[in-house]
Amino acid sequence: MKIGVLGMQGDIEEHLAMLSKIGVEGIRVKSVKTLEEVDGLIMPGGESTTMLRLLKLTGLFDHLKEKIRNGFPVYGTCAGLILLAKDVSNPVQDSLKVLDVAVSRNGYGRQIDSFHAMIPLSILDGDLFDAVFIRAPIITRAGNVEVIGTYGGNPVFVRDTNVIASTFHPELSEDTRIHEFFVRMVENAVSH
Amino acid sequence: MVEKGTWVIKEGFADMFKNGVIMDVTTPEQAKIAEDAGSVAVMALERVPADIRKAGGVARMADVRLIRKIMESVSIPVMAKVRIGHIAEAKILEALGVDFIDESEVLTPADDKFHINKHEFKVPFVCGARDLGEALRRIAEGAAMIRTKGEAGTGNIVEAVKHMRTVMDAIRMVKGMAEEELVNYAKEIGAPVEIVRMVKERGRLPVVNFAAGGVATPADAALMMMLGADGVFVGSGIFKSSNPPKMASAIVQAVLHYDDPDELVKISEDIGMAMEGQEIATLSEKLQERGW
Repeated sequence: MKIGVLGMQGDIEEHLAMLSKIGVEGIRVKSVKTLEEVDGLIMPGGESTTMLRLLKLTGLFDHLKEKIRNGFPVYGTCAGLILLAKDVSNPVQDSLKVLDVAVSRNGYGRQIDSFHAMIPLSILDGDLFDAVFIRAPIITRAGNVEVIGTYGGNPVFVRDTNVIASTFHPELSEDTRIHEFFVRMVENAVSH
Repeated sequence: MVEKGTWVIKEGFADMFKNGVIMDVTTPEQAKIAEDAGSVAVMALERVPADIRKAGGVARMADVRLIRKIMESVSIPVMAKVRIGHIAEAKILEALGVDFIDESEVLTPADDKFHINKHEFKVPFVCGARDLGEALRRIAEGAAMIRTKGEAGTGNIVEAVKHMRTVMDAIRMVKGMAEEELVNYAKEIGAPVEIVRMVKERGRLPVVNFAAGGVATPADAALMMMLGADGVFVGSGIFKSSNPPKMASAIVQAVLHYDDPDELVKISEDIGMAMEGQEIATLSEKLQERGW
């Protein structure tokens, strides 16, 4: 099994380091060819505007959208979640529209308002996770999705079948539990 | 419990810039061009370094209204520069809400001995460095990001290459050092041994390391990525070129495809004239020598 980290821009190495820490092979995905070699994909944090532009220039945008619609497992963190969302505001921008949520970019404000907080997550049986929010988006509407965690009344971690997405960055903590959860998701998809 | 302005939040934010390009802009219109081209952040300035060099005199923090207008015009993060050691300029930018402060040798230093104690700020800082000792001193003072200095405003990549190679060579050397060599080496380069030890353990700087000071073409940007930069700052290189939107877009793509020559061919075609370059030996003042 091999897991890709979308390599357009952002904290790609941090996700690869998490995968390596839990003994899973990870590779940076920059082309349609590499995307075909992986069993699941993590979409990292970074600038969603930059990633969106590069996804389109490399031809990965349509290809990835099609794959996700056909059940390919993905995990989006922060900018990754913005790219997966159905609707993006502040300002309005295009996205893959494969996850039924509406997000407002930089929902908590500028960098000075970035924070971390301990958040209980249903996939960890309600255990707390030290969640790092950096110029994070806010999920303003959660449609046909399961809410895994909330903060201040808004969902911050959601799931819909083969897609999970968090507005925070587990790759910036030492805690590998969310990455392990995603790896199990990919294993299940591979064995089916 | 909610925490803000911690080291994880500052350094983690810098991680989000990785594999990206940060561009100098002097107007909201330029900021928009940079954002549309795929820049991960913009640096708000009154003049690009090439013009600061020409103008001479004392270069200071940009006008607050200009920075505010640029912040209002784009959705990506906005950085701004303060003079080395100018605590008050930094307090003003923090209160204004800029996302990152560059304590920069491109502006005229305000303190000829000390840099700002960046730990006492909630906003993260980036600082310039020419070698490992300088980089680690800045990190010790609280810098959450380093950029190699190069020679700003020249369109000449040679100094950026020199500084990146100097830092990377030193990191490779530290990696191979025995524990008992570290204290003496730390003394030699004028850096805290705890941070030298972090470099040995991680095999890299403990913070994000961008290249800066002389990037003028997509090939220049690709070169700096090949040498191990986490990303690239482009100062005068975009808006002193003949076609800024094309040059900006090409440099962003070159940082992604730095290891793919066929892609670099496509990216480098028909992008107009790069900025005019300057030979380093002809400079009356080297900005890189500012900083202690």
